[in-house]
Amino acid sequence: MYATNYHRPSSIAEAVALQSASNEAKYVSGGMTLIPTMKQRLAAPSDLVDLRHIAELKGISVNASRVRIGAGTTHAEVSASPELAAACPAICHLAAHIGDPHVRHMGTIGGSIANNDPAADYPSAMLALGATIVTNAREIPADDFFTGLFETALEDGDIVVAVTFDMPAKAAYSKFPNPASRYAMTGVFVAKAQDGSVRVAVTGAGANGVFRHAGLEAALSADWSADAAAGVTVDAGDLLSDIHGSAEYRANLVKVMAKRAVAAA
Amino acid sequence: MGVEGIGARVARKEDKRFLMGQGRYTDDMSVPGMRYAAFVRSPHAHAKIRSIDTSAAKDMPGVIAVLTGREMLDDGIGNLICGWMIHSKDGSPMKMGAWRPIAHETVRYVGDAVAVVVADSMGEARDAAEAVLVDYEVLPAVTDAVRALEAGQPQLHPEAPGNLIFDWQLGDSDATDAAIAAAAHVTEMRIVNNRLAPNPMEPRAALGIYDSAEDHYTCYTTSQNPHVARLVMSAFYNVAPENKLRVIAPDVGGGFGSKIFIYPEEIVCLWASKRAGVPVKWTSDRTEAFLTDAHGRDHVSTVKMAFDADNRITALKVDTIANFGAYMSLFSSSVPTYLYATLLSGQYAIPAIHANVRAVYTNTAAVDAYRGAGRPEATYLLERTVETAARELGVSPAELRRINFIRAFPHQTPVIMNYDAGDYEASLEAAMAAADWNGFPARKAEAASRGMKRGIGMSCYIEACGIAPSAAVGSLGAGVGLWESAEVRVNAVGTIEVLTGSHSHGQGHETTFAQLVAERFGVPIDSVSIVHGDTDKVQMGMGTYGSRSGAVGMSAIVKALDKVEAKAKKIAAHLMEADESDIVIENGALKVAGTDKSVPWFQMALAAYTAHNLPSGMEPGLKEGAFYDPSNFTFPAGCYIAEVEVDPETGKTTIVQFVAADDFGNIINPMIVEGQVHGGIAQGIGQALLEGVHYDPETGQLLTASYMDYTMPRADDLPSFKVSHQVTPCPGNPLGIKGCGEAGAIGSPPALINAITDAIGNNDLTMPATPQKVWAAALAAGN
Ligand SMILES: Cc1cc2nc3c(=O)[nH]c(=O)nc-3n(C[C@H](O)[C@H](O)[C@H](O)COP(=O)(O)OP(=O)(O)OC[C@H]3O[C@@H](n4cnc5c(N)ncnc54)[C@H](O)[C@@H]3O)c2cc1C
Repeated sequence: MYATNYHRPSSIAEAVALQSASNEAKYVSGGMTLIPTMKQRLAAPSDLVDLRHIAELKGISVNASRVRIGAGTTHAEVSASPELAAACPAICHLAAHIGDPHVRHMGTIGGSIANNDPAADYPSAMLALGATIVTNAREIPADDFFTGLFETALEDGDIVVAVTFDMPAKAAYSKFPNPASRYAMTGVFVAKAQDGSVRVAVTGAGANGVFRHAGLEAALSADWSADAAAGVTVDAGDLLSDIHGSAEYRANLVKVMAKRAVAAA
Repeated sequence: MGVEGIGARVARKEDKRFLMGQGRYTDDMSVPGMRYAAFVRSPHAHAKIRSIDTSAAKDMPGVIAVLTGREMLDDGIGNLICGWMIHSKDGSPMKMGAWRPIAHETVRYVGDAVAVVVADSMGEARDAAEAVLVDYEVLPAVTDAVRALEAGQPQLHPEAPGNLIFDWQLGDSDATDAAIAAAAHVTEMRIVNNRLAPNPMEPRAALGIYDSAEDHYTCYTTSQNPHVARLVMSAFYNVAPENKLRVIAPDVGGGFGSKIFIYPEEIVCLWASKRAGVPVKWTSDRTEAFLTDAHGRDHVSTVKMAFDADNRITALKVDTIANFGAYMSLFSSSVPTYLYATLLSGQYAIPAIHANVRAVYTNTAAVDAYRGAGRPEATYLLERTVETAARELGVSPAELRRINFIRAFPHQTPVIMNYDAGDYEASLEAAMAAADWNGFPARKAEAASRGMKRGIGMSCYIEACGIAPSAAVGSLGAGVGLWESAEVRVNAVGTIEVLTGSHSHGQGHETTFAQLVAERFGVPIDSVSIVHGDTDKVQMGMGTYGSRSGAVGMSAIVKALDKVEAKAKKIAAHLMEADESDIVIENGALKVAGTDKSVPWFQMALAAYTAHNLPSGMEPGLKEGAFYDPSNFTFPAGCYIAEVEVDPETGKTTIVQFVAADDFGNIINPMIVEGQVHGGIAQGIGQALLEGVHYDPETGQLLTASYMDYTMPRADDLPSFKVSHQVTPCPGNPLGIKGCGEAGAIGSPPALINAITDAIGNNDLTMPATPQKVWAAALAAGN
């Protein structure tokens, strides 16, 4: 790891000021992505601005049918939250299957979506739930937020403050882990909104990161059933091929995970 | 058996310090003035070094020295060597290319060292390593051994045209061909044994300390055999003469073979310590370990197995291409030859066997012994082929094996080995009973009702341990003898120190060896200390690998104990005015049989050291040493059965049952032996289902350089194992021990692949059987 300066702000304003004071500063939340990258000398921020001690980023709330999860909420907190278990158990299930206990007790939802790893779990939930990403500056719909591999609509200095979404009528996440990293080789999040509309988001499989699958959405809108998902043709064309799985294999997994998610929802 | 003697499940004495985080590993060592080394490594798989500019690096903060291979050459440090001579079938010696500890002309794999930085801190050393400018002329690379043999491929070493190191054979080619021509049935297969990264929990490390006043070197290192390290560094690498070099291998966190070899880094730390005038420590990080630890396996073979009309195997013909990587590591040449082809008879009476092995250079990390070393490759090839033959012949796999089992001992195979004892049927029966083999069809039907494909597979392995009779291995090309040494020191108060040439890096010697002494003298194991791993303390020894510490290391201890016992009895007889032949040792006392006369053990020891009243002419003291050279290999064998369920939609395999029935001969500590079996099976499951080193075939970049991409087995990948032992004592050593360290890794992969191919109805499947491969194979079979 290269040497770096550590800062511990206690408000968003202070964090933004610290970040903008240096052009090589980075926010750190759980550090579960950033610190290993620094240890491998693949990142060399001059300053680390720690977001873990900012009260505004904390907390889970469910008001009427709107769910709000503070960006600083750890995966363990999400997985164990009684409010979320009532409002959207699928997201608890998703969080409970991220990494290992150490990672779940450090890593945060804000860090995960800001990082937008193409094999991360949360981005699929955000897309499928039609979530809004709330930053210190703006509110960004999930459809506009995830823009490519490790790319988001965040601008330099933006802090993810929270994510919000409407409680779905039904939702589930089914993940086939990469045997080595246990990130998603393919993960599919299916959600049926209170108004009956269906969104299906796929992570791990796309050559350009998380994406919505129109074919699955159409089929499940017409008929919310595992069989309907199984009948969809998934094109391998835009999918990822690597040493762990070919595009064809991932295309198969998209369908199988979608089917299983619908069955579990 | 006492509660602490032979056969007792004694909890491991060493675990207290390990579980409390108080183990002392090489990286825990710190000496005044110590500095840190970081290596500059080649990012290219194959390149000429045009120039190395160290000037910027030398100006970096904290930097003490930046050293290159050229300076090492100037100082006369020698090439790394391979210590086992193999001759090709045309009689020519193996073609060994030069391996410099730090490359100065050509780099041949990603990770090859090109310079070393010594600095005040690890961070500063790494910063400066990045500032070393190396100008490379990148050359084309080849990583696949089959391809490396083809015409027009990149050439690694001028000494080895066509990248061919040797083209070796064993067995009778004509007899084998004739039997194949006359066969009623021939099963033919292409078998790939996947390349593995050893991944001990503790990465390699070295601390070199040069004492200019004494012109003496000390090396702390992660070694399975510190004396061999000293010998090789003295005799071949010209680091220092043996009496000026102390090698210490303190606690070592796993080796699996990868820490047998002497690597560039420990040589460099010693040399740099003198050059830079400071103690120099290097500790590998995990990616460096993936890049530079010697890998294991990586064979591609074709096999023909011939049967007569009664389903008896009449011949076996094997052609193997073995990937050696970029350089010949210390024992690399022995692995796919005398540790492999000699085991191709398996548990079967096969009249004719012929094996041809070509060893090949590629632009990859060196390949050498890894848990099982040659024997897993032989077992996998044989047991996949036998299983396939059973399917082709329409015979049950157990029946086909039974028809061909060796049943009379000793048995001379056509490939050197002379099996001394065994009962293969006993292990087969025990395994089938434990697995409820006959209940499988019902379990398969039940699984099918859940949409799961259930399969069962077996593997009957044999291996050769107790490595090895020195004269025999010498005649086969070994550069060293493979005996072992022990010294038993009885202190004046009766406590006992055993100095052993074996080295424990997870095997539990401090417990097992102490049990041996406790059994012999009836003393508590707490009064017995096992000393190992330091060339200044322990007499020359050969170290631990090839499951040899029990059969060879403990046999040396037994020989030394015999001498101690004889002298102790003489002393006791003298003290009690009895006849020496009437003395028995029981419960910590020397007694005159049939009387109530006795002398406590400690009193006898005290008498040995006060020397006030010893038999006339007897030397004072009680300390005896012994060297033990085995008369034969030992032959552990067993039967493993795997039962799996495959999810045809995802290709995911779940191991629902795993049975191991092993014959290790006599057992000192069943708990430790079971632990060895469990760990071995876990590694075998890793090889069969999870692990595989991948290089990019064009660029030679290592694609599996971290745990993000290299799949280590985890607890939830493993079932609970059903382990049992059948015992045919080994007639070749005083304890009747065969060895247990590698069996799990040897026997398990074919059982697993036999089970998966049974489940999916497609025999065309390579290791690791990842979900994607199993899915594709199941799909191809119409599932
Ligand atoms: C062993 C291991 C296994 C893992 N397995 C999985 C898995 O199965 N599935 C999965 O999805 N993930 C997995 N992860 C990743 C884990 O979930 C991380 O916690 C997550 O990706 C990043 O969250 P973090 O809070 O640790 O972010 P950090 O590492 O602190 O930061 C990541 C990036 O986001 C930025 N950032 C952090 N917080 C904010 C914010 N509030 N606003 C704006 N930018 C911010 C940082 O500047 C940095 O660039 C794994 C990680 C490890 C180490």
